[in-house]
Order: sequence, then structure tokens, then C-alpha cells
Amino acid sequence: MNRLPYDGVVLVAPVSVPYVRYTNETAHWWIARALREVLKIIEMAPQDLDGLSVSSFTLAPDTPVGLTQHLGISPRWLDTVPMGGASGVAAMRRAARAVQCGDVDVVACVAGDTNRIDSFRNLLSAFSRFSMDATFPYGFGGPNASFALLQDAYTHKYGATREDFGRIAVSQRANALMNPQAIMKKPLSLEQYMEGRMISDPISLFDCVMPCAGSEAFVLMHEDMAVAKGLPFARISATIERTNAFPDDPMQLRGGWAVDIDELWNMAGHGPSDIDVLQTYDDYPVICMMQFEDLGFCAKGEGPEFVRRHDLTIGGDFPHNTSGGQLSVGQAGAAGGYLGLVEAIRQVTQTAGPTQVEGAKRAVVSGFGVINYDRGLCSGAAIIEGAG
Amino acid sequence: MTTPLTRPSKKDPQKRTLVPVLPPVARSRAALGLGVMAAQGRFGLQVCKDCQAIQYPPRDACLKCLSADLVWQDVASEGTIMAETTIRVSPEPYFRERMPWRMGAVQLAAGPTVNCHLHGEVGRGDTVRMALKLDKAGQGVLIALPLKGSDLMQDDLVLRAMSSDPKHRRVLISDARSPVALALTQALLKAGAAHVFLGEPEAWLAWPERAAFEGLVNVSILPLDVTDASSVTKLAAEIGGKVDILINTASYVRPGGIMGNDTNFATKSFEVNTIGLMRLAQGFAPGMTGRAQDDTNSAVAFVNILSVRALSPDANYGAFGASQAAAHSISQSLRAEFRTSGLRMMNVYIGPIEGDAWFQPLPPPKVTPNAIARTLVSALVDGLEEATCGDIARDVYARWRADALLLEREMTGGGS
Amino acid sequence: MSALISNVAEALASGAARIVDLTHTLDPDFPVIILPPEFGQCARFRMEEVSAYDHRGPAWKWHNLTLNEHTGTHFDAPSHWVSGKDVPNGDVDEIDPSVFVGPVVVIDCSAGAAKDDDFELTPAVIEAWEVEHGTIPADAWVLMRTDWSKRRGAEYLNMAEDGPHSPGPTPAAIELLLKRDIRGFGTETVGTDAGQGSHYVPPYPAHYLLHGAGKFGLQCLCNLDLLPATGALLIAPPLKIKGGTGSPLRVLAMVMS
Repeated sequence: MNRLPYDGVVLVAPVSVPYVRYTNETAHWWIARALREVLKIIEMAPQDLDGLSVSSFTLAPDTPVGLTQHLGISPRWLDTVPMGGASGVAAMRRAARAVQCGDVDVVACVAGDTNRIDSFRNLLSAFSRFSMDATFPYGFGGPNASFALLQDAYTHKYGATREDFGRIAVSQRANALMNPQAIMKKPLSLEQYMEGRMISDPISLFDCVMPCAGSEAFVLMHEDMAVAKGLPFARISATIERTNAFPDDPMQLRGGWAVDIDELWNMAGHGPSDIDVLQTYDDYPVICMMQFEDLGFCAKGEGPEFVRRHDLTIGGDFPHNTSGGQLSVGQAGAAGGYLGLVEAIRQVTQTAGPTQVEGAKRAVVSGFGVINYDRGLCSGAAIIEGAG
Repeated sequence: MTTPLTRPSKKDPQKRTLVPVLPPVARSRAALGLGVMAAQGRFGLQVCKDCQAIQYPPRDACLKCLSADLVWQDVASEGTIMAETTIRVSPEPYFRERMPWRMGAVQLAAGPTVNCHLHGEVGRGDTVRMALKLDKAGQGVLIALPLKGSDLMQDDLVLRAMSSDPKHRRVLISDARSPVALALTQALLKAGAAHVFLGEPEAWLAWPERAAFEGLVNVSILPLDVTDASSVTKLAAEIGGKVDILINTASYVRPGGIMGNDTNFATKSFEVNTIGLMRLAQGFAPGMTGRAQDDTNSAVAFVNILSVRALSPDANYGAFGASQAAAHSISQSLRAEFRTSGLRMMNVYIGPIEGDAWFQPLPPPKVTPNAIARTLVSALVDGLEEATCGDIARDVYARWRADALLLEREMTGGGS
Repeated sequence: MSALISNVAEALASGAARIVDLTHTLDPDFPVIILPPEFGQCARFRMEEVSAYDHRGPAWKWHNLTLNEHTGTHFDAPSHWVSGKDVPNGDVDEIDPSVFVGPVVVIDCSAGAAKDDDFELTPAVIEAWEVEHGTIPADAWVLMRTDWSKRRGAEYLNMAEDGPHSPGPTPAAIELLLKRDIRGFGTETVGTDAGQGSHYVPPYPAHYLLHGAGKFGLQCLCNLDLLPATGALLIAPPLKIKGGTGSPLRVLAMVMS
């Protein structure tokens, strides 16, 4: 059965609450700030909020149910998406169908997390049962070590060099310098990248994101409502998700996108060459490279060559992670899974300001998340288009 | 190639002894099975009884057919290292103190890919032998070992932290009069022990076997009687800070059942075999747990030699068996109390000893002191918590694990 | 008569008389008699601290003791031996307390014991002593001095493959002492019998004959070299143990300075 189009539903009100490295404020506080911002944009009182989708790692002991009472809202549709870096796309897909089918008229999608001193270690310790049982006892390198193994295997199978990964990080830093909300404010050269100290070989300092606190949000609503309110909006032309793809691959050298990618392009009705801007999930450059391949921008194993041939900056021939991505903006927990989508909405609605890619109309956003054991289990992707 | 461990120099008295910190200790119930395997030196994973799929990480339902019937079984230990990394930054204090730390991903010949520690002599692309070892948290962890390691492979620091290797360590054998004491002393010295102290109870009672110890280099006989609290306290005060491995060989055996047996014999059995163990632990274990991460010659293991009668009754040795069962229970309590330090409690189960007068009328098989010494030292090197020596102990232990109630019937209820 | 007791007290206070302690310290390392291992054994002396001004008892220190009736310097009652099992008032709690204080003579066998571990106290030795010191008086304690109490460690039991070797009385010597109607017989060794006493007829003659005759024993004594051959007073009251066959005790002698 073919997937139905997402007619009549649009994305509006992209909001990024500026990140901080450490905070004493709670996830509730960060989520409330983002929610307040989007409600202000769509001119809606909290009590009138119809639907809410929440992603957060640090709400405990609360769930989004408790959050509704905490925030004084009474939605008729509530969702929680625990898909980490794939949360943004997944939240959007679920909310879009609910709006489209009339279960709800407006859904605010919010992701946010706090970051206290030592909360990263505590978060990791309780992250998943398999990681508790089968990865953390082995050096407790966290995701750095997991992605180091992945990058080590990828590098040796496909002949990538550290410079190839460095190109991704360096371009994103160049983009981040245009973004006043990015935590990283200093330019990064390829030489500096190469001199970065090893964190978990071959992952080095500038391959790693900075855990921080922050929140991101956007809203789904009926297209006629957005028009009535005069809000810039984006349409969803195609979207996929996949969980625990290729379970028999001994190492993760491809993500779940590879399973569903043909459906994504078929549904969109065009190919990768028609894309103006790409927002990948970038907790490590190697996973960006895998997304270039698995999303169809180049063949498997050609990622290194692809980054050598393209300029990934805002003004380049292949604008990628235009806000600076998590590598330069910071990783605010589950908000990291929203960052690319929120930036993509800005790009295709021509509201990205200093990071705007000129004339950007179509964007691909992809997400990747939840290193449950040795690999990321969640993947998702969406193609969105500006209305103009 | 592994860098050889050098014999530790004398300790700098101005330096604080490192406080033991542990690698991550939390595990799911299913994952505790790794520790059960590691404690016995076995390499086993969960296998689905319905579809034979081998599972990793440990879980509660089969990843191929959803059956809940997963059993721990020995599996082929060969594997290939697919990727490796050297972790240089970790938020976990145990690893921070030991950076950098190598780990890797190994595809097992048996199927699953596992994350594991890497021995220093292996790297990406190598075919390796996987082993399950107990780490300092007492949990079962995987390590990739060379198929054929160098002579120095035990000196690898990652492996050594999972072993109770006597090399460069000082050992106290609690009772020099035990029939296994001499063989054990010789085996420990051969394995590189720096010094062997032996406790001598009742020095006022001559024993001709003493002569065999005299003149041995790096061996001292010191007064120690596990039935005498003051003697344990006194020796602990003298050498407690230098005991890296303690092996309790004190044992008192008298035949006889329960109804007609002499309670004085029973009392003495408990005094030596049970309360004696407790006194030794009270005297020596606090110092040992405090020194459990004190560098090359850190305190590593407290070893209790138990008759396999600890696990199954023998009506002909009723009171003795009772004292052994109680000692077994004390071992288990100690194991729990040692957990926070990383000090290992090892039980070595044996059958009747060849040449022990109290087992003289029993038929073979019996276990020789040399075999006990060999088993015990290799169990230390392998870092086990549970080891058996001799056919009887091996057999009874396996039957006890399989079905303790059936074993009781076999031993006492007319099993033929 | 009360003056007599006051005189004794005064003599002790003035130093004209003094007390000699004939007791070994109860110590976990002090030997006990060793029997063939299939027999029941004498418990070693053991102390377990109950509290020591700590959480187990903040203002006091005390111990639980484990020991046999025949551990350390001890008293043997007639009921200790099969031959004395039917002796009236043969348990320590039944013995007339007046016998716990009385005259004592010391037969010095130290020169002989120094030369021969298996030195025997024979009638001839006793008779020679009597030539010098007079006939052993009736109802007196007779102590055999060997200086064995000065031995330490394994030398004390002096165990060999054929058993322990230490001095003691022959059956005939005990018969002679019984003829003198002594109160009891004491030694510095671990028992009143010789180390090889099991090879006499009857075996363990001191135990067998003395207790059969309702006499008492003392063993593991020390400081016998500080006593005169005659003229001292022995104070040896065992603990009043119901049905007890013996008792560790403090043995004192009063001697003139």
C-alpha cells in the first residue's frame, strides 16, 4: 500500500531556545520556555493548546503526562517520542497524521533537556539495559567509544581519512559562526581539527558534541489556519522512519534509511539533486557521512569522496547543517533530534536569517538515535518544502 | 608483546593508598549470568532452547523466535576483532584512573557481535579467543585474548585486573599442617609469589612434616591458630598489610553422623572450619579490602578450600559436612561484603584428600595435594570465584548445580 | 586458736612467710595432654572478647572462656579416672574443702630428669628422700619436682613417634605413696603420669591407683624449685563444678622466708 501524502498539514513556528553548557534549571523549565515561544508565535493561550508531543531524557520522575499538569495545559492529544536523535522527524510524522485526520487541530512538538554537572554521566549510566550490561563496563566511553568503533570499521572498509571527517566538522563550524545562538564561536581550521586530541581513537575532540541544556520546538497545524494567521509554513512531501534496521549486520555501516530510501524519494516525486539544503543528525561526522550515502546523495562507501568534492557551507554547492549542527551549536539532549528539523523549517520558509541559504526551497532532514547497545536503533528522514 | 611487570618496590609511606573504586556494577538480572559463567571460568552465552539462536547481550526473550526459554550454555569462544578504539576520556572514575583503555567489537564465530576489553596483544583484524572474566566489580565481562599469547600475557594490566595472579604477590596459607600446605607453597613460589607465609597452630606440638618447609627461600612459618582469636589478631597486626592472597587450609575432619556423634568433635569442626574462617576474615580481610587496588601487589583474593560436602550431605561425615556447609555460607557472605572493594572470594571445592588419615577408609578416587595446588593456583591466575578439584568434587558440584534436591536423594536416598 | 591465724597473717604481712605461685598462666599456647586422635581431646584454653569498653559494652571489658577441666595447671578429682568412679564424694563439688589446704613435701627429681626424659620416680627414690627428710607424713601432698615446667614449646610434651617422653612415677612408687596415705600427688608435667605411662601395669598408674584410692592429683605445676622439701603449706582449691572431674585452679604454697 502506498503512503498517503500529508496534504493540508503544515509546519510553522520554528523555535530554538539558546543553549547553555550547564544549568540548574530543569527540563520542565526548558520545555516551558520553548512552548511559550511557539504559542506566542501562533497566538494561542496555553489553555487552548490542542495537542502536545514531548521528547526529553531528563524529565524523570515525570513523564509528559505530569508535565501537562505542571504546565497547566489540557491537550486532547498527547504524545511522547523517545527516539533520541530521530525524535524530531518521528514527532512530526505522528503529529502530522493526527492533524490531517482531525484527531487534533494544532500540535506543539517540543524537545528539551537540562544538563547539570555530572548529569551526563548519570544519564549514560541509566541510558539502556544493553548499554548498562554490555557497553559501559568496557571503559565507559559512552557514545564516543561506540562511534569510535563505528568510525574505525567504516574507515578501514571504505578508506576514509580523518581529514574527510574533519571537512564536515570544519564546514559546520563555519556555518555556526553565522548563527548567534551557537555555543561554539571560534573558527575551526582543518589543521586545528587534525590537532584535536584523541578522545576515543579515531574520534578526536572536534568530532564530539558538547552536551548542554536547551530546547527546540515547532508546531503542526492545518494549512488554512496557518494561512489565516499569516504564518510562514512548510509542507511535508515525504517522510520515513525505521527502528532496529539490519539487526544481523555485524557492525553498523549503514543506517535504517537504507531500508526505506526509495519510498522516500518516490513519495517526494523527485531525487536528491533537487534538494537545496540537507540537515543530518550529526553527533559525530562519521554518521553524517553515512547519511549522505544512505539518503542517496552518493553511493555506499563514496562518502569520503563526496565530502572532498563538495563545499558543505551555507554558501557552498551542498549546504549541510546550516545552523552549525550539534557539533557547533551543542547537544541539548533530545533537542538534538529537533535541531535539524527546526533549522530546515527556517530555511525553507526563508526565515533563517544569518544562516539562510539563498533561495532554499526543499530540505532533507534526517535523524538518528538511541545507541541502545552497539548501534543507533532509530532513523528517520523527511523532505519538507517551503510554500513559496 | 606485553611489557613485563616489575616486582613492586617498597611502598612510599607518604603516599595515600588508592581507595578501591569499581567499574560499573549495575546489571540486569539476565546479565548476571555472565558473572555466573565467568566465576567458573566458562565461556557461555544464552542459547534459545527452541531455535538454538545464540543471544547477546543477555536478554529475556529470543531475538529470533521470541521464546523465553533461554539457557546458559558453553559456546565456541573464537571471534574476529571488527573494530577497536582506545578510550582516553571517560566520566567513570575506575577507568579514568586507568586511561587509556582499549576496547573493541568482536564478531563471535558463534554469531553475535560483542563489545569487549582487548588484551594488549590483540588488535583489529585478529582472530581471538574470547573469555568471560570477573572484573573488579565482580561482574562477568568479555575480553579478547590472543589465540596463542606470549609468555608474559598474564602481565597485561587489563587482564591482571581480572585475575588473582600470585606473581609478585604475598600469600598467607593459614595452616601449615594441612596436607596441601607444602604442595601449595611450592606451586605458589613456582607461579612467582613474592613470599609465602604459613600459619602454624600449636607450635608446642611437634610435627615432622615441618622439616620440609625449613630452608625454603621466601617462606616463613609464623604462629597462627584459627581457633584462637588472639593469635589471629596478633598475626594480622604483624603481617596483615602484606597479605595479598589468603588461602585458608585449616580444616578439622572427624567421621561420624549426627545422632551418635560426639558434639565435642562437632564443636571443634565448627571452631576450625566455620568460626575459624570468620576469625581469619575478621583479622585479615579489612586490610585486604583496603589494599584491593594497591598497585601491582594489591590484595586480590581470599581463598577458602571447602570439602564438596559443603554442598551435599554425607551421612558418614554429618557434623563435618554441617561445618563445611556453614563455611560455604560464610564464604558467600564474605563475597558480598568484599564486593565494594574488588577483593575476590574464591571457593575451591575438593573431594577426599589422598593421604589424609581421616578419609583413609574411603575408596578412590581421591585428590592429591599436588592436584589441589595446581587447580588452586591456576584458578587464581584465571581469576575464578568457584573452582573444583578432583573427580568427586567436579561431579558433585555439577550435580548440585543441576539439581540440589536430586543430589541429596542420590547421596542419601538409595541412588544406585 | 584465732591467735594462730593472726600469727599466720602477721607472718605473711611481715615477710616472715611468703606465698609462692605454683600456677602457669592460662594461655592459648600452653600445651594440653594429647591423646590418640580418635579419642576425645582436651580443649585448649581460648578467650573470646565479649566487650572491651566499646559498642558491645561501653564501660567494661570481659571475655568468654573455653577450656577443659584439665586445661593448664589443674586439679584431678577421683572421679576423673575409671578406678575412682565409685569413690564417695569423688567429684570436685563434693570434696571436703578442708583438703584443699594442707602440708606438702617436695621430692626433687630434677637432677635425674635433666639426664633422662623418661626418669622414673621409684620406691628407691622415695626411700632415699625419706632417709634425708623423714617419712612422708600421712595426709600430705607429695610433689615431684623435675624442673619440667621450665621447658617451652614442643619440648614440654616432648612428643616422639612413640608418644610423649616425660618423667613420672612407677606403679610401685604410687603403691608406696598410698602406703604412706598421702592426700595427693602433683607434678610439673602435663599429667601425674609419665609420658610413657600407658606402658606400665596398670597403665597410667598415678591416675589409676591414686584416684582408685580417693586421692587427688595436681599437674602442670611450676616453681617447685622455690619450695622446701618439707614445711610448706599447699593451698589448692578447685572450682566448685557440679559433677566436675577436675578443675583449672590457682595453686599457692606458703613457705617461711
